[in-house]
Amino acid sequence: MSPTEIKLPDYRELAPAVAARFDRIRTRPVILKIRDLKKSFGANGGTHVVFDRLSIDIHRREFICAVGPSGCGKSTLARIVAGLDEASAGEILLDGQPVSGPGPDRGMVFQGYTLFPWLTVRSNVMFGLLMSGKAESTAESEAREWLEMVGLSKFEHSYPHELSGGMKQRVAIARALANNPRILIMDEPFGALDAQTRAQMQHYLLQIWKKVDVTILFITHDLDEAAFLSDRILVMGTNPGGVREFIENPVPRPRSAAQFISPEFLALKKRLEHHIHPPVEGEPSEKLPMIKLTDAGDEVE
Amino acid sequence: MANHDWLGLKQELPRQRRLLLTAASFLLPLAVWCVVSYVPWVWHPLMHITDAGSVDYFSTGLDVPRATFFQEVAKAKAAGLDVPQGIRVNPPYLPAPHEVVRAFYTAFKTPPRLQDEPWLHQSLGRSIRTIFLGFFFSSLIGLPLGILSGTYRFFAKLQEPFIEFFRYLPAPAFGALCVAILGIEDAPKIAIIVIGTFFQQVLVIANSVRKVDPALIEAAQTLGASKWKLVSRVVIPASITDIYTDMRILLGWAWTYLIVAEVVGTMSGITLFINQQARYRNFDNVYAAIAMIGIIGLSTDMVLAGIGRVLFPWKARGARKPRTHTLFPLFDPIPLNPPKPKKVQLEANVAH
Repeated sequence: MSPTEIKLPDYRELAPAVAARFDRIRTRPVILKIRDLKKSFGANGGTHVVFDRLSIDIHRREFICAVGPSGCGKSTLARIVAGLDEASAGEILLDGQPVSGPGPDRGMVFQGYTLFPWLTVRSNVMFGLLMSGKAESTAESEAREWLEMVGLSKFEHSYPHELSGGMKQRVAIARALANNPRILIMDEPFGALDAQTRAQMQHYLLQIWKKVDVTILFITHDLDEAAFLSDRILVMGTNPGGVREFIENPVPRPRSAAQFISPEFLALKKRLEHHIHPPVEGEPSEKLPMIKLTDAGDEVE
Repeated sequence: MANHDWLGLKQELPRQRRLLLTAASFLLPLAVWCVVSYVPWVWHPLMHITDAGSVDYFSTGLDVPRATFFQEVAKAKAAGLDVPQGIRVNPPYLPAPHEVVRAFYTAFKTPPRLQDEPWLHQSLGRSIRTIFLGFFFSSLIGLPLGILSGTYRFFAKLQEPFIEFFRYLPAPAFGALCVAILGIEDAPKIAIIVIGTFFQQVLVIANSVRKVDPALIEAAQTLGASKWKLVSRVVIPASITDIYTDMRILLGWAWTYLIVAEVVGTMSGITLFINQQARYRNFDNVYAAIAMIGIIGLSTDMVLAGIGRVLFPWKARGARKPRTHTLFPLFDPIPLNPPKPKKVQLEANVAH
């Protein structure tokens, strides 16, 4: 039974509890304010505008997911917020202060594994703490606490190459959070993981987020992931680039895997799919003009 | 194990086979040498005369070409005179393996012909000293310059074009200049090794530093590292294993400049020994001395590879593929807990 066959509620219909939660979120201070952000590439006259006049507010302890087709600039947005790329125009205010260049107030978890291979797991987590001038002993005990939080205390003396992909990303999360950043930017952090590990990591991330006072900007191309994790979903598009919609996620918290087939979840996903994979007119129907290349006698479909 | 083809494309061989092939790479040339030395009909182009017979210009102990010898034998037979006797030998410049092996021992025991000439161990000592001083002075400047050049585009553009030009100038070309400036003792020899090593060193190290994954630098930036800390805590540690391997290869190159360096000014070290032994026609000693250079170079490299494994524990297994252009790769994948890698290999085979 495909989602299109059953009657789904409007994705904008929020249950009273969910609506009340969004009301509460809106009363919280704005952590990250993006004003008229523009990014364009190009030289020799021709320029390609990735997005223009992108303005959003993100409140404290909100979980924002950004989704969009490849090339929509969602990773670029993350990198600009992190200070790794420069915007062509516009500004980014963190706690009301404009930011420029990378800094420890904006933690980042990358898709590729960026743990320092020459440092043990614990030293990796200590890295940012030492950079901010903390004493070795303080950094050490704080790093231990963070590793305990992500469940990797046993591996504090291991080197990154001895860990699995999921464990590496948990260390990367602990390393970023150890700096007490105002916002944690995650650029497709689970993109390289297999499906099971990814689902597990999503649960871990929600658990961590519940315990830590941190705002999350999470970039993904996985619509299920966005619907499962987020408070609000920033949908970006291409041609022309920019924000298509900033959707309040109707799926109530706490989240669980069972919600993947709830009406709100399916309605939200249908809306996301409408944005990401819009039905194209004149597209060939399901049947491909394929010659039959088998006569084994087993009709598979 | 059917997939364990000896000639599998881009496929790592099992450790045993690698060791076997390493041994074979030494044994095969040695076997060729043995065949040429001990099997008389393979080469042996000369006759060593044991009895001159009736040939007036022959004398016992003389080596003559085989063709000449048999002409004289034929002539003597025809004339009914005493026939010369001899045995087939190789020319003196190709001693047999056992003679060279013996020379490894006797060369150290043989006192120099003249009193002020050095013993073999003194010659070797002086050569090693020259190499290491040359390499040390080169690294003293080359290492920091290479790291700067690899880290900052500014320094790369500022120095690399000139260095690219300079590295094409053959180091021996500076021999006369070095003597004019630095005298005839060890200083000009060390300078030649510095010139031969330094320019390659800067470029090779800069290249290794440039290969550092930019994502690591970005990660460090988002963790609050900036400027000098980025270099000292990220760029250098991230490239240190590659730099270490570079240094081992460069040390090998420095050895190849040794002979050229030692003929500059007054000839010295192992070059002096080799030249004198060749003049006295002690070719077994010559081969032994040349082989000693190889043995010293290779064993230094093996020791350094071992030290590297201790220094960089994070490279002990996995992470990145070892570079394989050295005989003993720094990070020869040694299984820490043997059963596991075997399993991995089996899976990999299934995947193929």
